[in-house]
Amino acid sequence: MSTAERARAGTDLGLRVVGADLPRVDAAGKITGQTLFADDINLPRMLYGKILGSHRPHARIVGIDTSATENLPGVLAVITGRDLPITYGILPVTQDEQALESERVRFVGDPIAAVAAVDEATAEEAIRMIDVEYEDLPAVSSLDEALAPSEEEARIHTYAENGNVHRSVSLAFGPVEEGFRQADHIREDVFFYQGSTHLPMEEHCAVADHSPDGKLTLWSSTQVPHYLHRTLAKVLELPLSRVRVIATPVGGGFGGKTDPFPHEIVAAKLSMLTGRPVKITLTREEVFLAHRGRHPVLMWFRTGVREDGRITALHCRTFLDGGAYGSYGLATLYYTGALQTVTYDVPAYRFEGLRFFSNKPPCGPKRGHGTPQPRFGLEIHLDKIAEDLGISPVDIRRRWAVKERSRTVNWLRITSCGLVECIDRVVEASGFGDKRGRLPFGRGVGFACSSYLSGAGLPIYWNDMPHTSVRIEVDRGGGVTALCGQIDVGQGSDTVLATTVSEILGLAPGDIRLVTGDTDLTPVDLGSYSSRVTFMMGNAAIEAATRVRRTLLEAAALKLGVAAGDLRMEGGRIECGGTSLSFAEAVQCAEATGGPVTATGSYTPPDLAGPFKGSGVGPSPAYSYTACVIDVDVDPETGIVLPRKVWVAHDVGRAINPRLVQGQIEGSVYMGLGEALMEEQVFRERLHRGPSMLEYKSPTVIEMPQVESILVETLDPEGPFGAKEAGQGPLLPVPPALCNAVHDAVGIRIDEIPLTPEKILKALDRKAKGEEPRVGPAGVPEAPFREPTWVDPPPEAPTLEPASVWKEG
Amino acid sequence: MKVPLRLSVNGEEFELVVPHHRTLLEVLREDLGLTGTKHGCELGECGACTVLVDGLPYLSCLTLAVEVEENEISTVEGLADGPALHPLQEAFQELGAAQCGYCTSGMLLSAKRLLDVTPSPRRAEIAQGLAGNLCRCTGYIKILDAVQLAADRSTGGGR
Repeated sequence: MSTAERARAGTDLGLRVVGADLPRVDAAGKITGQTLFADDINLPRMLYGKILGSHRPHARIVGIDTSATENLPGVLAVITGRDLPITYGILPVTQDEQALESERVRFVGDPIAAVAAVDEATAEEAIRMIDVEYEDLPAVSSLDEALAPSEEEARIHTYAENGNVHRSVSLAFGPVEEGFRQADHIREDVFFYQGSTHLPMEEHCAVADHSPDGKLTLWSSTQVPHYLHRTLAKVLELPLSRVRVIATPVGGGFGGKTDPFPHEIVAAKLSMLTGRPVKITLTREEVFLAHRGRHPVLMWFRTGVREDGRITALHCRTFLDGGAYGSYGLATLYYTGALQTVTYDVPAYRFEGLRFFSNKPPCGPKRGHGTPQPRFGLEIHLDKIAEDLGISPVDIRRRWAVKERSRTVNWLRITSCGLVECIDRVVEASGFGDKRGRLPFGRGVGFACSSYLSGAGLPIYWNDMPHTSVRIEVDRGGGVTALCGQIDVGQGSDTVLATTVSEILGLAPGDIRLVTGDTDLTPVDLGSYSSRVTFMMGNAAIEAATRVRRTLLEAAALKLGVAAGDLRMEGGRIECGGTSLSFAEAVQCAEATGGPVTATGSYTPPDLAGPFKGSGVGPSPAYSYTACVIDVDVDPETGIVLPRKVWVAHDVGRAINPRLVQGQIEGSVYMGLGEALMEEQVFRERLHRGPSMLEYKSPTVIEMPQVESILVETLDPEGPFGAKEAGQGPLLPVPPALCNAVHDAVGIRIDEIPLTPEKILKALDRKAKGEEPRVGPAGVPEAPFREPTWVDPPPEAPTLEPASVWKEG
Repeated sequence: MKVPLRLSVNGEEFELVVPHHRTLLEVLREDLGLTGTKHGCELGECGACTVLVDGLPYLSCLTLAVEVEENEISTVEGLADGPALHPLQEAFQELGAAQCGYCTSGMLLSAKRLLDVTPSPRRAEIAQGLAGNLCRCTGYIKILDAVQLAADRSTGGGR
């Protein structure tokens, strides 16, 4: 077995730094204020750009008069959509954005024109002087409006499948009708998950510098330097080789900096026109309008179960409000149907979903990307089914938890799976069994589970190149530099890279210099999204470091006159018995015979797509698993919900840095609670209700309960040292566990989030009146879903036969 | 209109001429190059721009530079004593209390003020002291832990 294989399996390697609670390698800059974020970059002769956003939700642009602006002293350039006519979009199939719209605006804030000026105040004054003449068009803000027959002019995009329905999906796997026939009990429920935004602390910023030799450099707070690179080249009509994107450390992303944005393109264009560097930093209001956040999703579940809780068939419908543009929306739509099958055995599954356009800021990917919404519905739905059957909410999940090394009915391959261990440990730590149904009125516990991808199986645009690569260069002084296109967004990917390389080379993480997210210098990594970086970059780093290690061991063996296999590489030395070389001496020996010591490694996920259209969304080389218990106080007088404590057990495969994994779990719990309790990206007459951090409520330290994190390590066979993801999965069970806890506390069902005090009081009032003690959507509309594409499940998938019955023990 | 401005920042004296409406945040970041102080809203909502003025936490985005001419201003750049990190910085580093790091400067300064007046705070007091600083990454847990650790070390023991 090679070192890389052993490293992946995590066996007998005597890991030194992997698994240790070491500080982040990028901590020093962050605690001293020395880390340079995009807005901290100031270049000589730099200009400031500002963008004018639409004042109308949906309108034709009749005319734009920039003459007054052009004459304003201090203004060096004014541009409109005519200067940037080429459309773009993150997905190849939805190239529906123009950096500055020239014909039609689709939401309040949609960019129309931009200026570059000597300072921000002048730039602000300048955009106020631009006169736009609009011709208003009918605007859409709800599902009902989007489904209503629309006149051609009310269509937000003419490429939409039907009216304002962007796209619909209809898939069926296995014997769905037979599954429902064999069910002892069938239940239907409807849920709504409100939209929310990422609210990164750092406002998006880009600095562009186009030099007279025709080269463009753009520094940006982006999670996807590679995709941004391609977009800039396309829209600006520059060769890729003339465009350099440098991703600066991202001051919070959560998916919100994963699209190419107008301000990035506009800054570049303004720099090209003025011959001077241009910076554009969004205001907080503009960040809310740039959005790309959580899609609001209305959903319907119908599930058949046997009396022991085994699912015989699951049918799910989702309705996503996509906002004004495509963004990642097609992927989001598929994600609302993809992962319902990866936690519990489902022998038959039907999914119908649609995404509609509305005249609101575009939705996109936020932590969990399209999966927290259906997970919310499914986990509350299961809680209700367990109650119907008189089974505990733990048993209904644990009995039918998916097995490791299996395949789901919709062709998703499961490698490692620690769901049962997660359930057992979180139940034990929280005392859930003793607390549920036994706490005084006003206090309760809730339970939920989930699963998430460790990286998407496919890139965003089709290509057969690696998803990530790492290059290592070693200098004569023994200095090791690891280069990779990934960018640390706070999740700790720099630390994973340094830890992985140093583990293999017998060094400390702090010994490794990193060059990241620079399209001129670093090999491509697709970006910090879909929880892919640790898994994919980690594997590439192991491969590159293993090659360097082999080169150095061979050189040292020659020098010392021993067999390479007898050498140990540890603590900056290479030794065998009593004889040894320093790491740097080994480098010099290797360089003397073979030239500079350098190596690359790369990673491409296995081909995991199933045999059907739409199978590209959902497959991942590995899935993380999570189980969560929340203990909550509900004040029946005020309706205020206060979580006391949250327990999370997370199957991370292997924790490369346990403290950082804990940090990801704690941050996920926080963000899940924020969405469940208070965060709402909502609109009044198509105007954002409160695009500020004061009006958009997010939890402060005061609202944050205790969190107990339990790390479950299943050593995934394909993960680097066995690792899987930790950054997104732990958010998923939090909102449903909270709603289930509220039910346990006061006997009401809140089937939509956020769980505001108003909704709690309304449900309590209904309970007091003897009505159904529930607040949530009444139903879902009749939607024109087509006949499903029927897909035969893989042979390893759970089946209805034999009619397995759960037995104790 | 521009006005002359004398500022004392981290023990260093600066003389500038700035528009009278220029905020302390703008002067620190853009005129003095002290970009360690961050901005998240420029409306006094997020706490990222927190600095200490005569030891008290101020939102530098809501403070005019001309208002604090007579005062001593401390930013994150002045927290370490030469190469020696402040105990809060050490604790933040050790426990992973900075993830993306964008709120960290403001958090550190709010925490410094807290420990200056309450050297042995209870957990709830730490939370109260940091309630004006938003963080989107950490869930605040490691930040609370780090402030506690720094307090324990500075006072020579735990509670």
